[in-house]
Formats: sequence, C-alpha cells, structure tokens
Amino acid sequence: MDRLTEQLAHALKSITGYIYPNEIELHWGILIVIYPYLTGLVAGAFILASLVKVFKVKALEPTYRLALLTALSFLIIAPVPLLSHLGHPERFYEILFTPNSKSAMAMFGFVYAWYLMMVLLLEIWFDYRAELVRWAEESTGFKRLAYRALALWSSDKSDKALAFDKRAVRLITLVGIPSAFLLHGYVGFIFGSIKANPWWSSVLIPVVFLFSSIVSGIALMLVIYLVTSLWRRKKIDMPCIDKMSEFLLYALIIDFSLELLDFVHRLYQSEESIEILGNMISGRLFISLIIVQMLMGTILPLIALGITRVRRRVLPEELRRMIYLLAAIFVQAGIFSTRWNVVIGGQLFSKSLRGLTIYKMEVLGIEGLLMAILLLVLPFVILGVIVKILPPWEEEVHSPTI
Amino acid sequence: MNEDKVERRSFVKTLVGLVATAGAIPLLSTFDKIYASANDTENELIGGKRYGMGINIKSCIGCGRCVDACKRENNVPRDPYHFRTWVERYAILMSGETKVDSPNGGMEGFPAETSEGEILRSFFAPKLCNHCSNAPCVQVCPVGATYTTPDGVVLVDKDYCIGCRYCIQACPYGARFFDPATRTASKCTFCYHRLSKGLLPACVEVCPTQARIFGDTLARASQLTRFFRFNEIQVLKPDLNTRPQVFYAGLDGVVR
Amino acid sequence: MPDQIKRLLVVVSVLAILFVVARTFFIPEGFGKFGHYRAGSLDSIATLPVNYAGHTACLDCHSDVDQVKQNSYHRSVNCEACHGPGQKHIESMGDSVLAAPRDRDYCVLCHGYSSAKPTGFPQIDPIAHNPVKACITCHNPHAPDPPKIPGDCSACHAVITRTKALSPHALLECIQCHLTPEEHRVNPRAVKPGKPLVRGDCGICHAQEAPGDKSIPRIDFERHGDGFLCWNCHYPHNPESKKK
Repeated sequence: MDRLTEQLAHALKSITGYIYPNEIELHWGILIVIYPYLTGLVAGAFILASLVKVFKVKALEPTYRLALLTALSFLIIAPVPLLSHLGHPERFYEILFTPNSKSAMAMFGFVYAWYLMMVLLLEIWFDYRAELVRWAEESTGFKRLAYRALALWSSDKSDKALAFDKRAVRLITLVGIPSAFLLHGYVGFIFGSIKANPWWSSVLIPVVFLFSSIVSGIALMLVIYLVTSLWRRKKIDMPCIDKMSEFLLYALIIDFSLELLDFVHRLYQSEESIEILGNMISGRLFISLIIVQMLMGTILPLIALGITRVRRRVLPEELRRMIYLLAAIFVQAGIFSTRWNVVIGGQLFSKSLRGLTIYKMEVLGIEGLLMAILLLVLPFVILGVIVKILPPWEEEVHSPTI
Repeated sequence: MNEDKVERRSFVKTLVGLVATAGAIPLLSTFDKIYASANDTENELIGGKRYGMGINIKSCIGCGRCVDACKRENNVPRDPYHFRTWVERYAILMSGETKVDSPNGGMEGFPAETSEGEILRSFFAPKLCNHCSNAPCVQVCPVGATYTTPDGVVLVDKDYCIGCRYCIQACPYGARFFDPATRTASKCTFCYHRLSKGLLPACVEVCPTQARIFGDTLARASQLTRFFRFNEIQVLKPDLNTRPQVFYAGLDGVVR
Repeated sequence: MPDQIKRLLVVVSVLAILFVVARTFFIPEGFGKFGHYRAGSLDSIATLPVNYAGHTACLDCHSDVDQVKQNSYHRSVNCEACHGPGQKHIESMGDSVLAAPRDRDYCVLCHGYSSAKPTGFPQIDPIAHNPVKACITCHNPHAPDPPKIPGDCSACHAVITRTKALSPHALLECIQCHLTPEEHRVNPRAVKPGKPLVRGDCGICHAQEAPGDKSIPRIDFERHGDGFLCWNCHYPHNPESKKK
C-alpha cells in the first residue's frame, strides 16, 4: 500500500488541468495492455492458419501447424495477465458460475472457453490424430501412454477415419474463423461499449481490434517461421513468406484505413471530447501513437511491404527476407503500441474532459515491467515445449524429438 | 455416393449436436436467474421506495464537512486518492475560461483565490455516486458483485467482487475507486447502513446549509418533493441515459 | 457415429457434468433472490456500524445547548458537523468525549472568505479579522451572534465588497445606492436591503447635467441604452468589468 501511495503522490504532482479526485489512480495498466495483445496474436495466427484450410492458399501450407500451435501457446498465457490483475484472483470462478449476462467481460469467459476447447484444441486434435496414433505405436513406456492419452485412446487409422479427420478440420476452421473474430472482436467490444469513455466508446473499436490482430498474427508467424527455419538450419520457403507478407500487406492496408477512418471521423464530428483528446495525443501519447503506432508500426511497413510486393522479382531473396523480418518486428511494436494507446490512453484523460494524468509503470511487482516481459516471453517457451511434443515440421513427421 | 451424403449429414448432425450440448449447458444454467436489470428496479421496488438526493448548488459553501464526515462514517482512506464524495469549485472567468479544482476533494475547504476582478461567476458543486437507475456500472460487472437494491441504492458486495475494476471504468462520474484495504471496488452507498436505522447519510447530516436533501424520490410529501417542485432540476451527463438519482438545482452548464 | 466423435463426446460430457456439479458448490446461497447478486450482501451492508449518531440523538442529554442553538444563526448546523461522530460517545455513556474545535482553523472552513460562496453568507478574512484570537473568544458557537452588530456590509457581502474595491465604484458606499433598514444587520434574511429602481438613480452621478467630479463618465440619458435599466448591461459593482 505504501508503494501505491508513493505512486499516487507522484501522479498528483503531474496532473495537468482538472481530474475527478478518484481518477488519480490508473486502474488498468500494462497487464491489461498485454492481454488484448496476446489474444490478438491468437486470433491473427488462427486466421493465417484458416487461409490454408478454408481459402486453400497452398503457399502457406508450411505454416499451418506452426500457426495453430502458436495460437495455442498464446491462448494458454492469455488469461494470466487478467488473473494477476484481479484484486481477488481466488474468486475468478465467479465469472464462470454467476456471469452477468449483460456484461461483455463475463460473456468473454465463455467465448474464451469455446474458442480454446471447441475450436483450437479440437482442430489440433483432428489434425494430429493420425500421427498421435502412429507415434504411440512407435514409442514405449511413458511416451506411449502420453501419446495414447492425447489421442484419446483412438487407434483408427483407416482411410475412412482419416477422411473424417480432414473434413472435421475443414469444418472446425470454418466455424473457427467467426470464432476468432468473436474472440478478439469481443475484447474490442469490452472497450467499445463503455459510453462513459469517449476514447473507447466507438463502433469501430471491435473492427479495428480485429484487423490489427490479423496484422499482428501474420507478422508474428512471419517472425516465428523465419526464426525457427534459421534455428533448424532449414531452407526458407520463399513462396511461403512472400505470400505471408502479401497478406500482411493487405491486412495492413485495411487496418490503416480503419484507423484513419476513426481519426477522420473524430476530427470531423468534433465532439466535446476532441480538445482534451487532442491534447493527449499531442502530449502524453505523442511517441506511442504518432511515432510508434503510426509511423513505425503502420506507414513504414506499408511502404516496405508495398515495395517488396510490387518489385518482388527484382529484389533478391536475402533482401526481401530482411525487409520482411524488419517489417514484421516494426508491426509488432506498432500493434503493441496500439493496445497501449487504447488501454492507457483511455485512462490518461479525465472524464470531466478538463485534465490529464500520468501512468508511471513500475519495474517490479505484479503490475511491473518485468512481469510484462515474462508474460510476453512465456508463450514462446510454451511453444518451444509444444513443438517437441507435437512437431509441426513436415520432415519430422516420422520421429518426434522428445 | 448416397452413403457419403448420408454420412456427411449424420456427421454434421452429430457435430452440431455435440456443440449445442456443450454450449447450452453452461448458458442455460445462468438464465434461470431472475433477469433483473437495473431498468426493472422501478417495477420491483420493495415498499415502493426509491432513494435519491437533491443538491442545491446555491446553498453549498464548500466547507467540506460532508467529505470529512463521509470518510469518518465509512472508513474511507483519508488520503487524497479515494473519495466517496467530494466538492468541486468552479470559477468562470470573464475571458470565458473555466477553472475547476478540488484540493483533497475539498475536505479541508478551499484556498482563497485572488482574482475577483476576473471572475464572472463562481460556485461549489458537490459530487457523489448518482445511484443511477440505469447504472452502467451494474451493467458491466461480470459477476454480479455490484447491484441496485430494491430501494434504488447501488451497492458493492465486497465479499463477492473480484476486483476487475471494470465498473470503475464504466462510471461516467468518477464516483468509484479501488479500496486498497479490501482490494475491491468501493463507492458511496447513500450510507445504506444508516438508512435502515432511520438515519440520514452522514454527508446530509453534517451539511451546515442543508445543501444536500435526502429522501424518497417517489414520496408525495417530503423535503425532496418540495425541492423538485420549486427548482429547475438537472442531472449530470443526461445524454448518457444513466438516469441518475442525484438531482441538482442551480447546476451551471459548465459542470461535468 | 464415427469413433472420434464418440471419444470427444465422452470428454465433453465429463467436463459438462463437472461444471454443473461445481456450480452447486460455488454459487453462494441467496444468489439471485432479489436480482443478479448475493442477497446476503444487503444484510452485510445494512448492519455495518454507525459512527454519526444523527441530530436528534444529542437532544436526550444536551437539550439545554439545543434550546440556545435553535434560536441562533447556527440553528441548521447539526451538532456533529463541528463535534464529529457521536455514536461512540452515546454508546460509552459519556466515557468517550467528543472534541470541540477551538482553534481558528475550523470556523474558517465555513466562514473564511471565498468568492465561490453564495451571496450574503457571513465570511471574514481570516488574516485580517482579529488575527491569532480564537473565534470562540468573541463568538459562542451555539449562539454565534457577532459581539458587535456588523458595521460594514463586507461582513457578509465579502465578494461584492472586494469586487467593488477593484472597480471605478470603489469609493462609493454601499448605502449610497442600497437603502438598508437597520434590522437587516440582525435579521438579514427577513429584512432585505433596497435596490435602485429607475435609470434616474444612476443618473444622479452619470447624467450630463449631474453635479460631481468631471471624471465621472456622463451619458446622454435620452439615447443611451435604448431606455433599458442601466444594470441590464452594467454590473454596478464593477461597471466596466475592468480591474482598477
């Protein structure tokens, strides 16, 4: 409580204008910035995977399983920042047993459960089932038991069963696309439905969140694919990453258009909040919004990927790879910044529309920078473990490497 | 070919059935609760009472006794970061600029200003939870820890609140805060523990100029009814349709 | 039914059953009785301890003080506003004593000058008004009649006095324009000061032919201001709204 008092005392001195006395404390900090970032990556990675199965984009086949496993790793960690942030995490079960059906946040618990179980886990299971059966047969002892359990003790390898698996995957992906939209659009809705906050309250927020999630998911897969290929010393499938960056470009164009629309719409309508929001953007949020989100995260990658798309045949492979990698990293920074600007930005200005406060992130503690970094690194650790149990690499389909 | 068709149909049927069963069970079991929205409290009022408060801006002298009494009555932290009620001072200058301040919520009064020549008009505005009858905070609570009582008071169940702070974000009036002791959301309760004993809320009790008037908004004869009869009544942020139950007389248009 | 579906159905059914069973353990009693909340919460909150006893509670023992106060300027100021929460005092049968604010800092909260305070509320400048002396030296808090009947309008009309002091009307006495019966000093709400009623009242100084200093601005009474009353446009306490 003393650290809190210190923080708040510091904030009190840094207020400009007038804020309601209770607004001195910023309630949703870095943990709540990380949460939509993670679910965005989940939805985006899944959409990339769906491009393969539903839209039959063959070039992206090498990333299909990797994208599913990435989505799973990030989905597993996604609730952790939420739980850590709660005042009473031990009461979290209340959201499952007495959800308020009028609350977006309550319904999200079920959307999450649906997506995890009925979409992601189910699809992974159907896709891997045949191999799980085979790996079980090829292993002994504990590994054998583990694989049999993962396969739910099924042993059917007949053509009919395999065909069923294939159809199931296709159907689940089909259902999965709107589910992924729901998963992350819902997070946008949690903010967008708050009429008290003019920075959040917008019809566009769920849509912007959705497309920025697609952008970040594709960019993430680009980075993961490049890094894992280099790590495993495998040749990079150029048509694959060319295609990925092409879709990244298209998604970026849509995302940029939506954000531009929101911006122009706000300026044009010029509602009462425009003054304080303008102050906030040109002051507290200048670096994170104008520099990182707009310039670094959107405009530069748009230009770079536009050039590589148009001049693909002219540019050498190595240069293209470098540009893709850099663009993807910039995009990640930009999307993270987008989440920051929405969550933190929405709390930096007073609902009296007369003042601004500050957010000073701690380094230690459960809401601190170190915890944030841990939460961002953990999904990769989990991914590292999962790819050992369920290898997504085509060449290693015969011998799991646990 | 026909076999394929039949198999596909049965496959789809079973998959849909699976999904429906899995999805329906949790959903159905939540809908058996009474769907009591905040809107419906008007129909469900027990004893036909709805508590509300009237505030006469012209009577408020900014002494801050209400802020102090509230903190003492309800064990609110005495630091300048947590308030169940507070007083704002507005000064509209000749230039058209409006200056607002609330030093420590107004608890120790206000420092004198020295710009009389530039002040067009100036006044105090007490603020508190409005106990809206269409409360956005009640709507967004994911677990049902904040609710509207049958007599119109919005309360927080500190033994059930999970501390997600969504309600604090949803309140347009800045009335809620996070209680560091209980680690739950907290706010003005209209001193609910006093109402059942026939006492007035602490802030109303100590106001030296009777700027705060408390009572049943539905009563036919009460101080509050008189207040409604003889004053032009305004509420804060009416465009948000929260239907606040704190009514202001003499509220200036610059007050947010 | 394909083998895979059968196995999945088993898993899903187990989870669903676990969920339904868990609900009976985890949903608290009384939840949903009055609405989507725990009915027990109403009682938990309603039975919280009270700290302020309320204005009628003091009368049982201190009716003598109340007799004095109810005829004074402080009749509408409840005991606990100055003396603090009284419930413990009552419960302890007088063992726990209430504080009575005796220093200047307390009275100033209400009576210290602020331009935001409403017209006519008695205010003093805490620095100029009998500095250092405790307020109760001259004012009985239960019957706070000023020791001397206020000689000056500024005792209660502080904002106006200070505004006027910065204006061209600084040297004008209040009573020059406001005919005020003496009783207003003791019974301000019952007997109000008078106000000028016609243009001619301002014309005493501002008409072309008016006697008085040459520096006083003169206007053509026939034409100036379309026949409206002067104070429709000019605030008499700061007529040109300029600082001196």
